[in-house]
Amino acid sequence: MIDITDIKLSNAQIAWRAAQDIEDGAYVNLGIGFPEMVARFQPEGKQAVFHTENGVLDFGKAPALGDEDWDLINAGKKAITLKPGTSFFHHADSFAMVRGGHLDLAVLGAYQVAQNGDLANWSTGKGGIPAVGGAMDLVQSAKRIAVLTDHVTKKGDPKLVEACTMPLTGVGCVTRVYSSLAVIDIENEHFVVREKVPSIPMDDLQSLTGARLHTDGPVTDLICPKDLA
Amino acid sequence: MDKTIQTPAEAVAAIPDGATVMIGGFGGSGAPIELIHALIDHGAKHLTVVNNNAGNGHVGLAALIEQGRVDKLICSFPRSADPSVFVDCYTAGKIALEIVPQGTLAERIRAGGAGIPAFYTPTAFGTEVAEGKPIAEFDGRSYVQERWLKADVALIKGALGDAHGNMTYRMAARNFNPLMATAATTTIAQVSNIVPLGGIDPEHVITPGIFVDHLVEVANPAQEEELNRAEAVYP
Repeated sequence: MIDITDIKLSNAQIAWRAAQDIEDGAYVNLGIGFPEMVARFQPEGKQAVFHTENGVLDFGKAPALGDEDWDLINAGKKAITLKPGTSFFHHADSFAMVRGGHLDLAVLGAYQVAQNGDLANWSTGKGGIPAVGGAMDLVQSAKRIAVLTDHVTKKGDPKLVEACTMPLTGVGCVTRVYSSLAVIDIENEHFVVREKVPSIPMDDLQSLTGARLHTDGPVTDLICPKDLA
Repeated sequence: MDKTIQTPAEAVAAIPDGATVMIGGFGGSGAPIELIHALIDHGAKHLTVVNNNAGNGHVGLAALIEQGRVDKLICSFPRSADPSVFVDCYTAGKIALEIVPQGTLAERIRAGGAGIPAFYTPTAFGTEVAEGKPIAEFDGRSYVQERWLKADVALIKGALGDAHGNMTYRMAARNFNPLMATAATTTIAQVSNIVPLGGIDPEHVITPGIFVDHLVEVANPAQEEELNRAEAVYP
């Protein structure tokens, strides 16, 4: 097996790369956990407006420890803050924003992404307690769906696959994958490589991927800042 | 007309065994902890509970589950910082779980309150959540039919309330509360302050009083996150 320990991007680097693509003024929902990091890396002059399922639009950073107001949280149940422009709304309005196609982008994690854009990220299907939250709503209705993920599982199995074997969150929904090794678009039911970390040859990237990788023009180097807080 | 009631205990006294109870809140924000604890004291059992989550720690909804009062939970996300109460009950087969995508849960409740028996949503198309449900195509896209959700009782939490039941909410504590207020036969609200009629600017009313049956004032309500940091257990 190819050892990618030293060349793969950190979660912060993957989030940084995804943040570079978000246009100024975009309405964006960030999934719980790792995708939330995207908010930290917005480039100068490109300020997205973040939506959280529990009824807040355009909120500020986490408060200092001890300053939390537990009536002011995000979907991950983490404390957030107000900023000029914040608005509150109930859950039906929150999901009218989602289902009505008003969000430009949703960023989520994944267990598996298939080459046709199917996403599995809510249940391993092996027992345990399933928990879907707002993911199934988001993936069918935001204009673009970006997945942030390690390229392979901890055991080294591909997470980008021909067809998902785990329970689906949504069908044909993912538009772009930011993995720990590459930026890959999903177009016409194919994985199309746009960028890859410079030190991995295309053949190796292919061998770590469960479906055929395509190219459509040049594959550029995926280079991220090294020390991201 | 005066919908105010003096204590949480009186407010929940008529909830029968076997009731379907919607409980507002998202995690701890907007969770009517005092009403839930009064329901535990009251003793109603074999409840079906509708909530976004499945409780956290050993207070509020988690305590209601821990006391064995909940036969079935309808929720979107049964995980939390400390979901051990729900996990133990579920694993032991003592509680049934219906997982509903969060937006579908909100819209089913909204539909219940609005008199719409079913609706079509793109959410969950092609997934196991849609299995067995009618599918229809509109303008070339497939949608899943979902049914309304109604309850015997809603327990909700607000900020200000008046004797007619008009209510406001505090920040993100709004979440499911105004929806659940519309979808239950009897809606019981706890608010931080009951103000005289006219004390709420009509422009600021979020839940008009027609949706609320009983209000009880709970000044300085407990917050689930703070109870859990103090490792509180109820009762």
